[in-house]
Amino acid sequence: MTSVLRIEHGAVAYGGRPVLRDLNLTVSSGEVVAILGANGSGKSTLIRAALGLVPLASGRIELFGVAQKRFRDWKRIGYVPQRLGAGSGVPATVREVVAAGRLASRGFLRPPRRNDSSAVTEAIASVGLADRSRDPVSSLSGGQQQRVLIARALAGAPELLILDEPTAGVDSTSQEAFAGALRKFVHNGGTVLLVAHELGPLQPVITRAVVVHDGVIAHDGPVPRPAGHHADPAHDHVHPHAPHDEPGIWGTR
Amino acid sequence: MIDLLSSPFMQRALIGVLLTALVAPTLGIYLVQRRMSLIGDGIGHIALTGVGLGLLTGNQPVYTAIAVAIAGAIAVEMVRSRGRTSGDMALAIMFYGGISGGVFLTGLAKGKSNANLMTYLFGSPLTITEQDLIVMGILGVIVLAVTLGLRPWLFAICQDEEYARVSGLPVRLLNLLLAVMAAVTVTVAMRAVGLLLVSALMVVPVAAAQLLSRGFGMTMALSMLFGLVSGTAGFFGSIQLDTGTGATVVLAAIALFTLVALVTPLLRRVRRPRHTTSSSDAPEWVLE
Repeated sequence: MTSVLRIEHGAVAYGGRPVLRDLNLTVSSGEVVAILGANGSGKSTLIRAALGLVPLASGRIELFGVAQKRFRDWKRIGYVPQRLGAGSGVPATVREVVAAGRLASRGFLRPPRRNDSSAVTEAIASVGLADRSRDPVSSLSGGQQQRVLIARALAGAPELLILDEPTAGVDSTSQEAFAGALRKFVHNGGTVLLVAHELGPLQPVITRAVVVHDGVIAHDGPVPRPAGHHADPAHDHVHPHAPHDEPGIWGTR
Repeated sequence: MIDLLSSPFMQRALIGVLLTALVAPTLGIYLVQRRMSLIGDGIGHIALTGVGLGLLTGNQPVYTAIAVAIAGAIAVEMVRSRGRTSGDMALAIMFYGGISGGVFLTGLAKGKSNANLMTYLFGSPLTITEQDLIVMGILGVIVLAVTLGLRPWLFAICQDEEYARVSGLPVRLLNLLLAVMAAVTVTVAMRAVGLLLVSALMVVPVAAAQLLSRGFGMTMALSMLFGLVSGTAGFFGSIQLDTGTGATVVLAAIALFTLVALVTPLLRRVRRPRHTTSSSDAPEWVLE
C-alpha cells in the first residue's frame, strides 16, 4: 500500500500558541481514517495543515509521496469544508457550486469537455440532489448544503477525500445519503480522511480511528467504543446548539 | 429624440454610457459575491489622485488615472488577502488619501481649477472625444474578456477562496487580475458616469438581477441587461430634463432595482400558491 498522506513531526502554532505538537501520521491508499477529538484538540488544524491551508511551524508533510511544497497534482484530492464559503452575496445554483469542483481536473483556461459536464451531473446525483441542481444553494437545508460540498469534491474524481466534520448538525436523511456516497467512493478504491465529532452511520465504513488530544495523537487504531451515556443505544447525539445549526439574524446563511 | 443622435458628440456620449453600463456589472458581480460592494467606490477615490497627476504633469488624465488606480487596487487586494482587522482602517486611509491627493495635485496644476475635477468625479459624457472612446472601447473589451471568459475560475475564488486554493487554482494571480480589472473598469467609467458614481453601476444592476435569478450565470446576464436599460433610460432622461448624465443613469438603475424589488414578491405569489407546501419547505429541526 502506498502512502497517500504522511505527516512527520508536524507542528502548528497560531500566534505563538502551539496547536499541534510533534504529530506523526501516515494514511495509506484505501484506508478510511476518522480523526476524533474534543473541540479545540487540533483535529481540524491537522487536516488544514495537510491541505496546506495552515503553514507548519516545523516538520514535513508529503502528499502522494511528494513534499507538500512541490505537490501540484491537486486534482487527486477532494476537500469538503465544514460549510459553504463566504461568497454568498450572489445566488449560485447547486450545479454552479459543484462545477467548481471540476476545475482542478479541467485545467486552467481550458474549455469544459463533455465528461466535465457529465461528472458534475453524476456527482449531484450521487448525493441525491439531482432534482435540486438548478436551485440556489441558499434555498437548501444545512444538510443538503453539506451534500452539495461533498458532490463538489466528488465531481473532480479524487483519490483522497478530506472532510471536515461532514456530519455535524446534519439531518438523518442527509447523513444516510452521505454515508452511501462515501461507501461507494471507498468501494471504488478511494482513500478517506475525515474529522468527526461523532461517527453515526459512518461507523461501519471507518477502518481506523486517530484520536487527537492536546495537539498530539492519543490513540491510533480501531474505532474506540463510545463510553458513558454516549454508549446508550437510545442516545441521540445531536448538537442543536452548535453554531452552524443556527440561522443567522438575516435568516439562513 | 432621434434627431439628437445625429450629432457625433451625442453618439459618442451614448456609446460611452452604454459601454460603461454593460461592463461595470460584469466586474461588480464578483465584488458583490465577496460582499465587498464598496471596494469599487474606494478604487474610484484612489483614481482621482491619478487624474490630478495627469492635470499637473500635462498628461492625459486617463492614463495616469489607470496607473494610479491599478496600483491602488493591488494595494487594496493585498490588504484584503491578509484579512487583518486593521485592514478596514488601512482602506479608509487609502481612499481618503486618494481623493485629497486628487484635489491637492489639481490645485498645484497651473490654470486648472477644481471645476476640471468635477467632470471626472461625476462624469461628462458629452465631452467624450473620439480618442477617449477608442481607449474606453479597448479597455472595456479587455474587462469583458476577463469577467466573462474567466467566469468559472473567478466564480470559484470569490465563492470559496480556500477551496479554490486546495483545487490548485492560481488564486493569487486571479485575485490580482480581478483587482486590476476593477481599476480598469473604474477608468472606463470615469468619463461617462464619474469616479464617485462608477461603483453604483457595478453594484445596483447586480442587486436588481439577483432578486430575479436563481444562479450566478443568470445574475450576470440579467445585470448586464439591467445596466443597458438603466444606461439608455438615464441617458435620454438626462437630456430631456437637462440633468447630469451620470447621476441620472444611477437613479434610473436604482429605480429599476426598486421596481424589481416591488414586483418580485408578487411574481413569487403567482408562481407558488400559498396553500401548497413543497417538501423543501419542511423544517430541518423541530423544537419539541
